[in-house]
Amino acid sequence: MPVLMSGNEAIARGAYECGVRFGAGYPGTPSTEILEEFAKYEGVYAEWAPNEKVALEVGIGAAVAGAKVLVTMKHVGVNVAADPLFTASYTGTNGALVIISADDPSLHSSQNEQDNRNYAKFAKIPMLEPADSQEAKDFIKLAFEISEKFDTPVFVRPNTRVAHSKSLVTLSEPEPPEDKTAIRINAAKYVMVPINARARRVEVEKRMQQLREFVETFPENRMEINNPEVGIITAGIVYHYAKDVFPDYSYLKLGMVHPLPTGMIREFAARVKKIYCVEELDPFIEEQVRAMGIDVTGKEIFPYTHEFDPGVIERAVTGQTARPVDLPALTIPPRPPNLCPGCPHRGLFYVLGKLKAFVTGDIGCYTLSYMKPLEGLHSCICMGASVGMAHGMSKALKEKGKGKVVGVIGDSTFIHSGITPLLNLVYNKGDAVIVIADNRTTAMTGMQEHPATGFTLQGEKTRALDFTVLAAALGVENVRVIDPYDLKMTRTVMKEELEKPGPSVVISNRPCVLFKRFQTGAAKPLQIDPAKCIGCKMCLGLGCPPIAWKKFDDMPEDQIRKNAKKQDGHSFIDQDLCNGCTVCRQLCKVGAIGEEVSANE
Amino acid sequence: MSNATKSILLAGVGGQGILRASDILCLAFMATGLDVKKSEVHGMAQRGGCVTSHVRYGAKVYSPIAKKGDVDILLSFEKLETLRYLDYLKADGVVIINEEEIYPPSVNLGDAIYPGNIEVLTSRYFKKVKCVNAPDVARRAGNARAINTALLGALSNELMITDDVWNRVLKESFPQKTLEANLQAFNLGKLF
Ligand SMILES: Cc1ncc(C[n+]2csc(CCOP(=O)(O)OP(=O)(O)O)c2C)c(N)n1
Repeated sequence: MPVLMSGNEAIARGAYECGVRFGAGYPGTPSTEILEEFAKYEGVYAEWAPNEKVALEVGIGAAVAGAKVLVTMKHVGVNVAADPLFTASYTGTNGALVIISADDPSLHSSQNEQDNRNYAKFAKIPMLEPADSQEAKDFIKLAFEISEKFDTPVFVRPNTRVAHSKSLVTLSEPEPPEDKTAIRINAAKYVMVPINARARRVEVEKRMQQLREFVETFPENRMEINNPEVGIITAGIVYHYAKDVFPDYSYLKLGMVHPLPTGMIREFAARVKKIYCVEELDPFIEEQVRAMGIDVTGKEIFPYTHEFDPGVIERAVTGQTARPVDLPALTIPPRPPNLCPGCPHRGLFYVLGKLKAFVTGDIGCYTLSYMKPLEGLHSCICMGASVGMAHGMSKALKEKGKGKVVGVIGDSTFIHSGITPLLNLVYNKGDAVIVIADNRTTAMTGMQEHPATGFTLQGEKTRALDFTVLAAALGVENVRVIDPYDLKMTRTVMKEELEKPGPSVVISNRPCVLFKRFQTGAAKPLQIDPAKCIGCKMCLGLGCPPIAWKKFDDMPEDQIRKNAKKQDGHSFIDQDLCNGCTVCRQLCKVGAIGEEVSANE
Repeated sequence: MSNATKSILLAGVGGQGILRASDILCLAFMATGLDVKKSEVHGMAQRGGCVTSHVRYGAKVYSPIAKKGDVDILLSFEKLETLRYLDYLKADGVVIINEEEIYPPSVNLGDAIYPGNIEVLTSRYFKKVKCVNAPDVARRAGNARAINTALLGALSNELMITDDVWNRVLKESFPQKTLEANLQAFNLGKLF
């Protein structure tokens, strides 16, 4: 009986079935659930590393010791891990090493939409691309076989739709794991000084040549000859999108996107008349097919940007858009994601937004504070960038930047890549206030543990990093801790620290409201007393989901309570959503917000 | 160029139980022996943003996402979200609308207007439009969170899945504690 599985669940299952018992990674949508699922299997060791570079290095170490290792990350994580990646291609892996690069066309949850197939080519590492959950499971096994056979790291690249779609998967009996670990010293292979690396460099090209031969008979590169008029060369889930609209065309479906099977491509080209290369993002396959002297249609009709769906492909090929119903143009208010009711980031960013400072930001839930009405964050480049940017900005602005540069970074992000730039800020005598928005978890990606939470991925208790001790050890003399639910304290401490010369660290300390570990029964929801509200809209400045504005124009005459001259409505709190964090109450100048409202309601 | 794959689009707001509902729907199609795929996007969307889930079923399903103009049923968990996805429907598409209104931030702040008469507008373009007061159904069933099962009940009228299968799948999907209320919500939802 097949089971319904997401691509991520299937990847974890595939690794387990083929005897993998070691996993490392750093969370990142759409890859996160792979390691979380893998960690649940019997006899498995899996860990969250502080970042992707460390995760890959852990993986390389385990593989060199002889283990079969799964390393997971999102596409941009490979940028962080790129340094060990390129040289691990030289050393080879001894055991087996499969790296998941989960790409995110359309940037559903990312800061860019880079096409990581380029990394496969750049680092000279084979890459497989599954199209659905069954393939996700099967390809993981094949990837491990290839890694073992060719002594190379292997990439598997699901995209968001493969990772998070569910489809039917047939499970197999897990193979018993084999322990091949041992201490084996081999300096010529693992000490990449120039003399050794030069020799390994040649091995890499030999391996690529062997792989080029291997892919010609790799069964997951598949030719389907139907209608010989049109042939589609494609890979991954795009194959399914195309099949959906063009079931009768011929297909060359590539299971491996690097290296390409040139012989097979030539054969396909000889058997069909017109060829389309259908691929999301870069013309990765297309350029290589063109370089072979084969005429194809590709990016001149298919978009470079964002994910495809069956409609995108149909439109590009036929030039027609299916519009069965002629709908009017509607203005629909957008529904952007927002910080949750009671989110600890809200109070912090309310204060930061009013400082008239440049707030270099970072990645996490708190990035949402850039939006109206908070507008408390003014940049977001990549994980950890806030700290280095704050330093650079303070140095460039000199006197103009005094007391005007703040960097904000989440706890998980700080550990990921904020520590070294903070050290740099101290070392090079920068002048900025760095706020660590410590909500005690990696909230954005769904509450993963990290080195400061006191727990491991597999739920074991461990030592928790202390940010105040760490900041002091890095040489920061001014370290303060605030409660972001206390607006007055937050404002005062920020002002004091901005006035001081030199670096300061402020730790904004309050657990994520969704994090079960810290939940202590919900506080009473707050209400707004219409008999007191003067309609000043101060509370609306928080952008808290339960707080809404009610216009007098939309209310029955007898319910209108006018408490100020120009008042044209009053605020209102949705009781079902409010969790009683009290931040709005601190903003109300007339005391209209409380647990009870006056009796004359 | 069409194949026999059918598509249902579930749309609403983060936290409404959409992903759970689409999981249950998939299990029900599986139990009837069909191929099924579903797709949704996690991550940023969970923080109060729009959430959609495509469910596609048939003898052999290729794409887990439907193209615009090809969806058979739009199951909308929130009134305004209905409008956002109308262009996904076929000409004879069916629309099921939960009457609940959840204001987006711009409406809360008074900067935008929550459109009125959404049901009427939808009916102008699609023949079969059903409105369900799912929060009311859920409350009557004894669990305010059973909005999703109430809507599945309403949806079940449009599908060829037996009561037997639904019962079995619902039983597999909920713990004993909330099962009764969810079965009840499903059955009440069926009355729409
Ligand atoms: C290199 C890289 N790895 C992973 C991610 C995915 N990601 C974005 S933010 C984030 C962590 C957020 O945690 P934290 O800094 O604690 O902030 P919170 O969301 O808890 O407010 C992760 C893992 C990314 N964008 N880039």
